[in-house]
Amino acid sequence: MIPTAFDYLAPTTVEEALSALAQHGDDAKIMAGGQSLLPVLRMRLNAPEMVIDLGRIDSLRGVRDDGDAIVIGAMTPHFEVAKDPLVTEHAALIPKAIEHLADAQVRHRGTFGGALAHADPAGDLGAPALALGAQFVIAGSGGTRTVGADEFFVDLFETAIGEDEILTEVRVPKHTGWGAHYEKFVRVVHQWPIVAVAAAVRMDGGSIAEARVGLTNMGSTPIRARAVEAALVGAAPTDDGVRAAAEQAAEGTNPPSDLNGDADYRRHLARVLTRRAVVAAAGG
Amino acid sequence: MTRIHLTVDGASVADDVEPRMLLVQYLREKLGKTGTVIGCDTSNCGACTVHLDGRSVKSCNVLAVQADGAEVTTIEGLSKNGSLHQVQESFRECHGLQCGFCTPGMIMQSVDLLNENPNPSEEEIRLGLEGNLCRCTGYHNIVKAVQHAAAQGSSTVGQGAQA
Repeated sequence: MIPTAFDYLAPTTVEEALSALAQHGDDAKIMAGGQSLLPVLRMRLNAPEMVIDLGRIDSLRGVRDDGDAIVIGAMTPHFEVAKDPLVTEHAALIPKAIEHLADAQVRHRGTFGGALAHADPAGDLGAPALALGAQFVIAGSGGTRTVGADEFFVDLFETAIGEDEILTEVRVPKHTGWGAHYEKFVRVVHQWPIVAVAAAVRMDGGSIAEARVGLTNMGSTPIRARAVEAALVGAAPTDDGVRAAAEQAAEGTNPPSDLNGDADYRRHLARVLTRRAVVAAAGG
Repeated sequence: MTRIHLTVDGASVADDVEPRMLLVQYLREKLGKTGTVIGCDTSNCGACTVHLDGRSVKSCNVLAVQADGAEVTTIEGLSKNGSLHQVQESFRECHGLQCGFCTPGMIMQSVDLLNENPNPSEEEIRLGLEGNLCRCTGYHNIVKAVQHAAAQGSSTVGQGAQA
């Protein structure tokens, strides 16, 4: 199928994009890489009158060093983020997740910011961003504001980005030297996870000094498993060493039930995958 | 209508298109490049894979207007001076197809894969082709074809595919 007819703008600056958004309001849809939006338009699940394509805004693309954080431009395609030396050195969890995101063709077009702004609870980037404490820089007509990962994800496909705003960049605090792993459980390799777990671990003297754990598809937003993180401090990086902490992975979650598995099954997966993810992140 | 200018298989083209026109529709319906096929409506199958500025994309999941100013290579632009690209040759040699419908996309994605990684392991080939479905399930010979192309040094020939 093909989408219903729409008008199209491809601004070359964020200011132009914001003014187009202000002018067209509810009738407009922002397009980043389009890898989630275009299937929706083709199946006619949505029919905006105006598509504003951010693909020509060069300033939104690239990764830079900013002291204690790296800054990823919202329109940087997944494959560029995954091989960027700053990302691999300071936020290794992100390339680990991107490796499992969709397929090569989608990773060439899809963008880091677009996927996060889409906020699919089964998307592969929310849990790593949450686990690493990413901050989201959002531009509006009144200037920019920064929102922490804890407030960014609001609900199913809903974020803190206002209707007249655009996500411009994502600041990821450096986790230099941390081990990382993304453990994804899926039936068809390029599909969305049934459940996935993002883990980053800082080791000290043979035991876990700090851990960050994010869960994918265990609720309407990505979820930070703080109880697990706290219980992992001081644990040995082995199956037995992390088992008790991982048992808390499903606490406070509200996973969906669907054809891929019911909520109880997902809770079981969260516990098992958390154990595997943490052990792998710790290099075990 | 929006005016677009792009290069397709080495030729400069310009057209007025509706913004909703998909790149694959543009290639097939405006340019007659029916070598690139449509296998699904959900961007799962990868049959429509082409190269956009040197990287593989699913052309059903890109608007023609997004390709304005870009260089596109389709399966029809892979052979040079009447000789098949090494990956095409290897698919023929290893019988890397059954019904052939997925073949244009499989070959375009295989070329991208080998450009990135000239000596992939079997697992890397299978993962690299994860976005391409063969409904005949003829995957084994497809993987053999990519291995054959790698052994022949496919990344040193068929420069057209690298855009």
